[in-house]
Amino acid sequence: MVVYIGEFSKYIIALLIALYTLECFAVFCFDNEERRRGIYIGQNLLMFAFHFTCFLVICFETGDMTYLFFYAFQQIMLYAAVVLYRMLYPKANRLIVNNMCMLLSVSFVILTRLDMGKAVKQFVIVTGSLAVALIIPFFVHKFKFLKNLKWIYALVGIAALSIVMILGQTTYGSKLSYSIAGITFQPSEFVKIIFVFFVASALYQSYGFFEVFTTAVIAAAHVIVLVISKDLGSALIFFMVYVLMVFVATKNVLYLLAGAAGGSAAAYIAYTVFSHVQVRVQAWRDPWSVIDSAGYQITQSLFAISSGDWFGLGIYKGTPEAIPFVEADFIFSAIAEEFGIIFSVCLILICVSCFIMFMHTAAALKDKFYQLTAFGLGVTYIFQVFLTIGGGTKFIPLTGVTLPLISYGGSSVLTTLVMFAIIEGLYMIRQDESEQQRRALRKKKKIRERRQYSAGDEIEDEE
Amino acid sequence: MKTRNKRKKSNQKNREIMIVTWAFTFLFVCLAGYITHYAITHRQELINNSYNGRQQMLIAQNRRGRIYAADGNLLAQTVEHEDGSEKREYPYQNLFSHVVGYATNGRMGVEAQANYYLINSNAPLSQKAALDVSGEKYPGDDVYTTLNVELQQVASNALGIYQGAVIVTEPATGKVLAMISKPDFNPEQIAEMWDELVQDEESSVLLNRATQGLYPPGSTFKIVTALEYIIENPDSYQNYSYNCTGAIKRGEDRIQCYHGSVHGTVGFEKSFAKSCNTSFANMGLLLDRGRFRRTLDRLLFNQELPVSFNYNISRVDMSEQTTDSDMMQVSIGQGTTSITPLQLNMITCAIANEGVLMEPYLIDYVQNSAGNQIKTFSPSAYGSIMDKEEAAVLKALMEDVVKEGTATRLKGLSYTAAGKTGSAEYGTIKGESHAWFTGFAPAEDPQVCVTIIIEGAGAGGDYAVPIAKRIFDAYFGV
Repeated sequence: MVVYIGEFSKYIIALLIALYTLECFAVFCFDNEERRRGIYIGQNLLMFAFHFTCFLVICFETGDMTYLFFYAFQQIMLYAAVVLYRMLYPKANRLIVNNMCMLLSVSFVILTRLDMGKAVKQFVIVTGSLAVALIIPFFVHKFKFLKNLKWIYALVGIAALSIVMILGQTTYGSKLSYSIAGITFQPSEFVKIIFVFFVASALYQSYGFFEVFTTAVIAAAHVIVLVISKDLGSALIFFMVYVLMVFVATKNVLYLLAGAAGGSAAAYIAYTVFSHVQVRVQAWRDPWSVIDSAGYQITQSLFAISSGDWFGLGIYKGTPEAIPFVEADFIFSAIAEEFGIIFSVCLILICVSCFIMFMHTAAALKDKFYQLTAFGLGVTYIFQVFLTIGGGTKFIPLTGVTLPLISYGGSSVLTTLVMFAIIEGLYMIRQDESEQQRRALRKKKKIRERRQYSAGDEIEDEE
Repeated sequence: MKTRNKRKKSNQKNREIMIVTWAFTFLFVCLAGYITHYAITHRQELINNSYNGRQQMLIAQNRRGRIYAADGNLLAQTVEHEDGSEKREYPYQNLFSHVVGYATNGRMGVEAQANYYLINSNAPLSQKAALDVSGEKYPGDDVYTTLNVELQQVASNALGIYQGAVIVTEPATGKVLAMISKPDFNPEQIAEMWDELVQDEESSVLLNRATQGLYPPGSTFKIVTALEYIIENPDSYQNYSYNCTGAIKRGEDRIQCYHGSVHGTVGFEKSFAKSCNTSFANMGLLLDRGRFRRTLDRLLFNQELPVSFNYNISRVDMSEQTTDSDMMQVSIGQGTTSITPLQLNMITCAIANEGVLMEPYLIDYVQNSAGNQIKTFSPSAYGSIMDKEEAAVLKALMEDVVKEGTATRLKGLSYTAAGKTGSAEYGTIKGESHAWFTGFAPAEDPQVCVTIIIEGAGAGGDYAVPIAKRIFDAYFGV
C-alpha cells in the first residue's frame, strides 16, 4: 500500500507542479487581472492538491498520522494569506501571492521531511512574517515620503552591516548574524531591501556622473563591509543590484561595462588575496579532487541531484541528510533528489515567473523611484535564486546564500516576504497610475472631439 | 501617428529593464538545461562513488541482482543465509574470476561495471508491496552478459596452467564471448585471500590480463606495419621485395629472424606469412614516421578506448624524431611498444569487419525480477579505423599465414581461419618469448575473433595457435 502511494504520488506531484508552472506563464497571455482570475483559482487548487498529496505521503511513509495536524495548520495559514491579500488589496497582483504561497508550501514539505523541529520553527516565523508583511503594501502605497530618506537608508544599512562585522557571531568562517534576546538576526538580509531603497532614492531624480559616483561610494562601503565579514554571496548581490540599477536609471551602457570591468577586477583581487575564495573556486572547478574537505558539500549535493532522475526518488527515499546544511544552502539539491528533475525545473520556472512579473511591474511604473525600487528588488530576488541554485549544482562557485522562501532561516524568509509585499504595494501604485491615465485619456478624448484638432504633445507629457 | 510615437517612447523607457529581464531568463534556461543534463548523464557514474551514501542505502534495501551468461547460465547470485547474512556465490568458481569479477573488498569486472543495475531494483510494485509485508529485501535487477560458458571453459582449459589471457569476440557486433586471464582466483574467497593477493606483486593475480596486461606485441604488430606500408604504397606494395639473410644491421643495431631462420628473397605477402623480422625491419625504415603516427592514432594506440570496462592504454612511441634503430624495433613489435590483448583483438576485429570497429561490450541487457528488460545494449560501431580495401588486403595476408606461414596448424579444417602469430621477446634473456595469436574464422565471413597470449611459452605458432584451434572448434561445433 505504502509502496503504491509512494510510487504514484511521484507522478501526481510532478503533474501538479507542471500544470501550476504552465499557469504561471499562461498569466502573461492576458493583460489584466480580471481575465486572469480563472488561472489564479486553478493555481490555488493545484497548490492545495500538491500540499495535501505531499503530506499524505509523509504520513504514510512515516506511519505517523499526526503530521496531518501540522499540515492543517499550514493549510489554514496559506489559505488565510491568499484570502486576506485578496480582501485587503483587491488591486494586488495575485500571481505574486500565489507563487509566494506555492514556494512556502514546497518549503514546509521539504523541511518537514528533513527536520520536523526546524519545520515547526520555520512555520511560526513564516506566520509572523506574513502578518507583518500584510500591512506593508498599504504603507508603500500610501506613504510618499519613502523617496526622501536617502541618507537614512545609507546610514542604517552600513551601520547594521558594520555591527555584525564587529560584534557578530562567526558561523562557519563567516560573520553573518548577531543575537538579541536569544533571537538570531542576519542583518545582511534586511539591508538588501534598505539598499535598494537607497539606490532608488539617490538616482530617481538626477543621475549624472556625480550622483552615480556618490552612490557608488556608499554601495562600495556596503560591499566592502560584507567582504570583510566574509559574506561573499551577499556582497555579490549588493554589487549586482547596484550596477543593474545604475544601468536602468541612467540608460547608459557604459556604466554596465564599467561595472563588469570593476567587478571582474574586484573578483580577481579577492581571489588572489583571500584564501577562502581560492578554496571555493577550487571546489567548483574540481570538487572530486578535494572530496574530503572543501569539495564534500558540493559533491554530496551532486550525488543528490543526479540520483533523482525525472520523477525523483520519492519523499523519504533519498539521502539528502548527507549534505551538510541541506536545509539552508542546499535545499534545492534535496528537492531535486526526492522530487526529481521535472519538479526542480518547474520550481526554477516558478521563481522566474515571479521575477518576470516584478519586471513587468517595474517597466509599467511611471514614477521613477517606484520603478527603480521594483526593479532593484526583483534583481535582488532572482540573483539570489541564481547564486544558490547555480552554486549548489556546480554551475557557478558556491557562495552560500539561501533559496528565498524555501530555505530554512527566519531572516531570509521575513526579508523575502517583505520584499514580495513591497512589490505588491508598487503594483497597486502602478494600477492607480494606469487608472489615472485611462481617466485622463478619456477626458482628453472628449476635449479633442470637441476641439477637432490633435494635441499630440499634451498626450506625451501627461503623467 | 500619435499612438506610434507614444509606443516608441514607452518602449525606450523600458528597454533596459527588458534587457535585464531577458538576460536573467536566458541565464535560468541555461541553468535548468545544465542541471537536467548533468543529472541525467552522471547518474551511474556518481552512484558508484564510494562517498555516495545512496549506494549503501540501495544495498540495504535491495538484494544484489544476479549475473547471467548469454545462454542463461547463472554466473553470480546473492543468497541469504538463515541468520540473515548474505553471500555472493559464483557457481563457476574460478572460471569467470576476472571478467565477472567480485563485489566484496572493492569491485571488479561486470560486478563493478554493472553495479548500478545490480543494486537498483525495478521489481514490479506488487512484488515490492508483498516483500514489504514479509520484511524482505527487493530483488535487484539481473544483468545478462554476452559471455558464453562453453567457450570460456574451452579457452580456460586450453590455457591450462600457463599464465596469459584469451579474449574471444564477435567482430560484427563487438560482443565479448569469452575473456580469460590466468592466474585466476576464486571470487567467493576474495575476502580471505585478500591480503595474500594484494601483496603478491609477481604474478599480479587480480590484474585482468586480457584488458589490462601490457605486453610487447612481437610479430603480431606486423599487421600494423603492413597496414602502414599499404597505406603509403597503395599501388606498389605488391612489388616489395627483400632478400633475407637472417639478420639486418643498421650501425650497432642488429635484428634477427626468429630462431635464426633465413628466408631468402621474400615479397610482401611472404614476409608477412613467414613473419620475417629482417624484411619488416627493412620495411619500417621505408615508412614515413609522421604518417605512421597518424595511422597508430586511428588504430587507437596511446589513447582511450571506446569500452566501458577497465583496461590499460596500449603504447607505441612514434614521431618524426624516432631513430632508425627504434624504427626497426617498432616495426617488428619489440622495443618500448606495449599492447593489451584487448587492443590487438579490436584491430583484428576491424580487419575481419571490413575496417569498421564495433565497440566491444560485455553487458547485453538488464532485466527486472518479472523478466522485463529494463535496459538493452545494442552493438555500436565506433567507426572505420582502416579503409575497406586495406582491411581486405590484410585479411588476405592473414589467410596466407594459415595456408603457408606460421599458423599452418589451422589449415585443412572444416572452416578457414586467418590470423597472425607472434613470439614476443621480453626481458633480457634471449629466446624467452610470449606466444601470441590473433585471428578469426571463417575467413570468408568472419563470425568469431580470438586473441591469445601465453606468457613465456615460446613460439606463437607452437603454443597459441593450438589454443585458437580448440576455441574455433568449440565455436563451430566440430
